[in-house]
Formats: sequence, C-alpha cells, structure tokens
Amino acid sequence: MNASAQALPPPDRDPDARARLGWTLVALVLLWPMLVLAEFRPWALFDAGNLRVMGSFLGGFLPPATSTEFLGYLLEATLETMAIATAGIALALLLAVPLSILSTRALAVSKIGPGPWRLGGRMVRAAGRAVLTFLRAIPEIVWALMFVRVLGLGPAAGVLALAITYGGMLGKVYTEILESTDTRPTRAILEAGGGRFVALAYGLLPNAAQELTSYTVYRWECAVRASVIMGFVGAGGLGQLMDQSMKMLNGGEAATILFVFLVLVLFADALSATLRKALA
Amino acid sequence: MNETREPCAPRGAADFCLSCILTCALVAAAVAGSFVYLKIEFGTLFSVGAVTDMGRFAASFFPPDLEPDFLRKTAYGALQTFAVAMVGTLLAAAAGLLLALPAAGRHGAAAERLSRFLLNLLRSVPELVWATLMVLAAGLGPFAGVLALALHTTGVLGRLFAEAIENAPPQPEQSLLETGSGGVPAFLYGTLPLVWAQAVAYGLYRLEMNIRMAAVLGFVGAGGLGQMLYFHLSIFQQAQAATVLIAMFGLVLAVDALSDRLRAWMGRN
Repeated sequence: MNASAQALPPPDRDPDARARLGWTLVALVLLWPMLVLAEFRPWALFDAGNLRVMGSFLGGFLPPATSTEFLGYLLEATLETMAIATAGIALALLLAVPLSILSTRALAVSKIGPGPWRLGGRMVRAAGRAVLTFLRAIPEIVWALMFVRVLGLGPAAGVLALAITYGGMLGKVYTEILESTDTRPTRAILEAGGGRFVALAYGLLPNAAQELTSYTVYRWECAVRASVIMGFVGAGGLGQLMDQSMKMLNGGEAATILFVFLVLVLFADALSATLRKALA
Repeated sequence: MNETREPCAPRGAADFCLSCILTCALVAAAVAGSFVYLKIEFGTLFSVGAVTDMGRFAASFFPPDLEPDFLRKTAYGALQTFAVAMVGTLLAAAAGLLLALPAAGRHGAAAERLSRFLLNLLRSVPELVWATLMVLAAGLGPFAGVLALALHTTGVLGRLFAEAIENAPPQPEQSLLETGSGGVPAFLYGTLPLVWAQAVAYGLYRLEMNIRMAAVLGFVGAGGLGQMLYFHLSIFQQAQAATVLIAMFGLVLAVDALSDRLRAWMGRN
C-alpha cells in the first residue's frame, strides 16, 4: 500500500508526457519528406523581388478602380457569372433527373419479389450509379479547362463543365433523398400494380419535393462560386476578369473585383435562402 | 372558417398558392434569360462538325502516355499534391486553433470581433484566388499552393474550432484555474481534451477536400498534378495529359474510399 503510493509520479507531472513527446517526434519525422515535397520555403516570402511585386500590387489596391468603363465590364461579367451558374444548373438537371430515377432503389419493381428482371434491374441501377460517380469525380474546373481547348474562351465551356459535374452531384443526392424518404406509399402503389411514373409522382414526390428543391437551390449557390473560379481557366465571367487584372498586376481592378465577388456570394446566399423559404 | 376537407379528397388546382406559381415563373424566366444572355449557340455546339471536333479531341487523349519515365513524374506530381494538401491543412489547423481562442470570446469582445472578421475574410476568398495572390507573393511552385490552402482553411477550421471551444463544458478548466493552475495548462488539460476528437475529425474532413483542391491549384502555377495537366494541355500533349487525368481520378477515388473507411473506423471507436 505504502510502496505503491510512493511509486506514483509527483502530482504536477503529465503522466502521458513521454508518450506524447514520442508521438510528436514520430509525426515530425513523417512530416519532413512532406515539407521537402511541398517545397516549403517560408523565406521565399521575404525575397526582395517577391516583396517588391507583392508590395506594388497590394499598394495598387487603394484606391480601387471605379472608372465607368471598367464598372461596365464588371457588371457584364457579374451577370455572365450568374447566367453561367443558372444555365449550368438547368442543364445539370437534365442529366441528374433521369439518371437518379434510373438508379434509385425506391422505384425498383424488381425489389418487390422474385421476377425475371431481378438481376437486370440491379445491373441498370449499378450502371446509373457508376455514371453518376464518373460525372462528379473530375472537378468542374478540369472539365472547363478541357472544354476551353475545344470551344474556345467564353461561357459555353463553363456551362458544360458545370452541367457535367453538378449533374453527377445532384443525381447522387437525388437518388439518396428518394431512398431516404418514406418509401411505403411508393411500395404500395408499385405492389398494387401502378406504374413507376405514377409511383414517383404520387408516392415519392409529395414527401421529397421540398428537400429536392432546397438542395437544388443550395447547389445553385455553390455553382455561382464555381463559375467565378472557372473563369480563371478562361470560362468567362468574373473569374476571367479577375485573372486578367491579376496577370497585369492591376491592384486597383483586382480590389474592385474581389469586393464585387464577396458581395455576389453574399447576395447568392441571401437569394438562395429566400428561394428555399418561398418554395418550401 | 372551420371547413374541413373530406379525407382523401383530391387536391384541385385551386389549392396551389399564388406565390408558388409566381416563384416558379420567376425561376423559369431566370433560366430562360440566362440562356439568352449567354448567347450560346447550341445548334453549332452540337452540330456535326463541332461534335466530330470534340470526338477527335477526346480521341487524342488515347492511348495515355505510359512510359516509365513519365509515370514516375506523374507519381511525383501526385505525391506533391498530397504533400501540399497535408502541409497546408496542418498549418491551417495550427493557425485556426490560435485564432479560435480569441474568436471563442476568451480574450475580450474586441479581440473576438477582430478575429471573427479575420476568419470570415480568410474563408470567403476561395483557394484558387488565394493561390493567384500567393504565386505573386512566393513565386511559382507548390509552396504557393500550401499558403493558399492554409489561408482559406484557417478561416474554415478557425470558425469550427471556435464553435467547438465555445460548446465545451467550462467546468474542468474552471476547476483547474480555481485550484491554482496557470491559464495555459488549464486550457491544455481542461478544455483541449474535450474538443480534441472533434477538431481532428474536422481537420481530416478538410484534408480530404484540400487534396481535391490541391490537384487543381496547379492551374494557376501552384505545383502538383494541376500544373502538369495545365502544362501538357497547353502544348497539345494530350497523351501525357490523359495520364495526369487518370492519376487525378485515382487520387480522388482513393481519398474517397480511405475517408469512408476512416470515418467508419472512427465511428466505431
């Protein structure tokens, strides 16, 4: 009793200290090659040439550019960004809706019981899911980069890129929403011999419609951000304008565009919140 | 006022609300307006000539370049992408934790407001925009990507950490302080263990997103697979670009599978 009490470490020491120190050292050793690979050189920030470039660029931020001609371009680019997002989502729906109806388990007639098409149905659903995975696995900006090579600079590349990636994302989430709502009404319709379309319209949609629209509107908000980003590879809109100003080291224009971008994101947030409330 | 509908009476068209119809009409008008504004000529886009052009472009990606030399370069690019995401996320976790303390209101109202503003600013500028700025500040190369990811992710993680710290029960730290412990040890042993698991989960989730992001940051010159893809596409080497694309695809799928596995494992423990 007495001996074990003496063997206890003094109360103000962390009993885990040695293990923690050991694991920290192991983590640092593992981190070392990462730092080398990522060319981690903080002193590059204080390189005289880099400091001069950055200093003059940031110095140009004030005053922001406000010439009428530039503001005209800016308005055009902002509208273009919104239009790319809206058109992209609309085309994405054309991909997502049929694919999600095809691959959702909620509308599977073959799930009811053994039938001649049991295996076939499962294979069609798996194929639908595979297509959706493929569509969303490559980021939209990569698609945009490639479409710009074929279609030339401009919004068409952005719209198609959004349609593909967001088609995949929307399709996947639609499939999941349709499966996670109460599927008993649908089952009842299907078991009573109703067609799939009737089962979808009267069994699934009344329960799921609100969630489906609210997710779609949320994705539109993301699409606005994504369409700005895609401009950096030449897909039109605000991003392309920002890319040009930054490449020309025009700090004043960059400052105005950044400000407009932040306001646009806030506006898209607010609009999507109102829309979700209105459509609920 | 008190009229009740027959149970299961069919809903007629009259039941539709006016505002729903108006909203739907507005949305439809916005969609139509967008297509008109963009003036995309879908006729020429999907004409025989354009489609064969696209087909030829797609076909030029095959077969991908599988020379051992180029494969080694691609593997290096993939590793670099992973390293950029890893280092960027770690830096962001450290900076986010430092900013989360004042943002959780532990150092007065002024510090809280200032740090919250800073976190919001960091978060609302997207990674790719940070990357173009950091390429100016630190030169071309993966380090610019690390900084860009670190800046944006600091904003995201800082806010999440601040919320976790605010929601942690204050009693353990309070009792340590009351028994005479210093402020720093009291936080480290009183509050940090309570938020640690959640912070690690947030960090891993951001790491997953950052790996995906690091792969494309190279488009503006921030190293990794993105820079390779951009380079080979600009000089019309589609075979090499195809290899890089396959590597990107593989990286994303691997991250997806691993994070699913990890989440399941963490859920069990």
